[in-house]
Amino acid sequence: MNAFTNLTGKILVLEQENIDTDQIIPARFLTATDFDGIGDHAFADWRTDSNGEPIADHVLNQELAHHSPILVGGHNFGCGSSREHAPRALMGFGFRVVISSQIADIFRSNSHNIGLLPVVLEKDQLAILLNMDGEEISVDLEQSKVFVRRADGAEHSWSFSIDPFARHCLLRGLDRMDFLSQAEDAIAAYEERA
Amino acid sequence: MSTPETRKKTLFDKLWDSHVVQAQTDSAPAIIYIDLHLVHEVTSPQGFDLLRETGIRVRRPQRTLATLDHSTPTLPPGPDGQRPYITDQAQRQVQTLRANCKEFGIELHDWDSPWRGIVHVIGPELGATQPGMTIVCGDSHTSTHGAFGALAFGIGTTEVGYVLAKQCLLQNKPKSMRINIEGQLGHGVTAKDLALNIIRYLGMNGGTGYVIEYAGEAVRNLDMESRMTLCNMTIEAGARAGMIAPDQTTIDYLRGREKAPQGDDFELAAEKWLQLASDEDAVFDKEISLDGSAMRPAITYGTDPGMSIAIGEPVPKPSNASQEKALKYMGFRSGQAMSERQVDVVFIGSCTNGRISDMRAAANILKGRQVASHVRMLVVPGSENVRRQAEQEGLHHIITAAGAEWRLPGCSMCIAMNGDLVPPGKTAVSTSNRNFEGRQGAGSRTLLASPETAAASAVMGRVAGVAELESAQEVA
Repeated sequence: MNAFTNLTGKILVLEQENIDTDQIIPARFLTATDFDGIGDHAFADWRTDSNGEPIADHVLNQELAHHSPILVGGHNFGCGSSREHAPRALMGFGFRVVISSQIADIFRSNSHNIGLLPVVLEKDQLAILLNMDGEEISVDLEQSKVFVRRADGAEHSWSFSIDPFARHCLLRGLDRMDFLSQAEDAIAAYEERA
Repeated sequence: MSTPETRKKTLFDKLWDSHVVQAQTDSAPAIIYIDLHLVHEVTSPQGFDLLRETGIRVRRPQRTLATLDHSTPTLPPGPDGQRPYITDQAQRQVQTLRANCKEFGIELHDWDSPWRGIVHVIGPELGATQPGMTIVCGDSHTSTHGAFGALAFGIGTTEVGYVLAKQCLLQNKPKSMRINIEGQLGHGVTAKDLALNIIRYLGMNGGTGYVIEYAGEAVRNLDMESRMTLCNMTIEAGARAGMIAPDQTTIDYLRGREKAPQGDDFELAAEKWLQLASDEDAVFDKEISLDGSAMRPAITYGTDPGMSIAIGEPVPKPSNASQEKALKYMGFRSGQAMSERQVDVVFIGSCTNGRISDMRAAANILKGRQVASHVRMLVVPGSENVRRQAEQEGLHHIITAAGAEWRLPGCSMCIAMNGDLVPPGKTAVSTSNRNFEGRQGAGSRTLLASPETAAASAVMGRVAGVAELESAQEVA
């Protein structure tokens, strides 16, 4: 897993609420046995027509989408299925951070496991970002803060909470398998007891 | 302050505490032991790759159980003996699981197994799902198994790899919520209707961060298959796990099942299972009571499972931009009667409603009736066991005589990755669990309902409940 410390970049806004995993990666792309190239299919039903051709004026087909590392989505992002393909597709598409005012439980833990940073902000903070499509913000995991400068000059620094262990692993690019391996004695002892 | 010994515990507390390998600290989640790991072809290949890359074996193959369900065709092999996979890639995915199970010594319910079926149907049928267990699977509807008083939840593929390797997961303890359903469910109100009513109340994210225990008179009165339907839909309210305390109904269901304890061992186990119920006065982070007797058969009209109404109610007014978008996608306008909507496809099956009681419910409505000529209806048993039992009871004859298709077991049109799908713009009444945009095929419009409502709608050729079907035919 790649480490994440901080990142400054333009945000891509998808303001719809409840963006579910079937939107992020439709089920027909789940038959592959690896994750290679899965980013090509992110939001496939949103940005391609029934013939699989790109819909030119869709925001996800604009220049910004391909250069934005930060996705800002409406409330309750990532609801639905447990498919890890969803955060994998977003990373494959080029995102390293997803920001919303609520992020579904399984999507969030899958993101932690693969190095995509989920950031949950307050609703009023998200509302500001939803109106800043294409503008630059900074996400600093070391400080657990998002830094925003609006067009009118107003500046914000918003703290976000993140599970301390997820933060620790993301900052160092640590794989949880190593942590589990270190607990071998405890696991063996549990199996002995049970 | 109560000491740990005297603290009143919830069912969830008991399940959690008995599986802690290493306690949660300020800097790290708990390590939780997993008793049963269910595996299917879609979310496992990269997990097995992780083992190969790191040279690790599956730690406890005997705690791992695999089946084919998602990518599998529901039509029989052609004259050439080949199964009609939708793509070569889908076939390769099945072959990959077969090879992985062989390499790592895992029990696989392949095409030739009399138990093959949807992962959440076969676990309970085999008695592999038991009270007091922790159960995971790379599938969000793993919540189904909570019906037995187990802690069961969906995980991602990286975590599938961790469980294969270590039989453990890192978890922060979620909050607890108890939902009491008081009174008895009204006439014609099924577990699916109950689930849709609860999700409508909570909203599709109202359960996020929680584990839900279902309790109360109406829940106690549910049979095991109904309890599975209810717990299955828990994730649709955002909660990873739903559960119901084991009782005599649970014990009666499990007695004699292949993987359940046998003889005296079973009676000893059953005694322990009954101790799992939440202690009286146990405290939940959140507690809700709903009146079961006030609930009506439900159907969804939008693109999230929380957007449902009682059958007969008009389509509600959208309250935000997302709901407005949902109505536009579905082709509904507020105030419209749902019964105006012509139905193109009806699907009965899935891990939500693919069990024998669901097949019986559908056959009961279809008996002596015909599916409307413009409706394509698929009835897909959840497992080979369900199929066998249904065919022994002659249900398949009733279903096919009515003009519906009787298919081989699998997830089929619920996730629509095997070729069974709803065409763009068409409306399906479906007994599955998700009505997201494009869930049953790009552009598909899904109305979630019970098997009874789905079958009634198939006969009427438009959205209709059982009561309406029966009164319409009395008049005729």
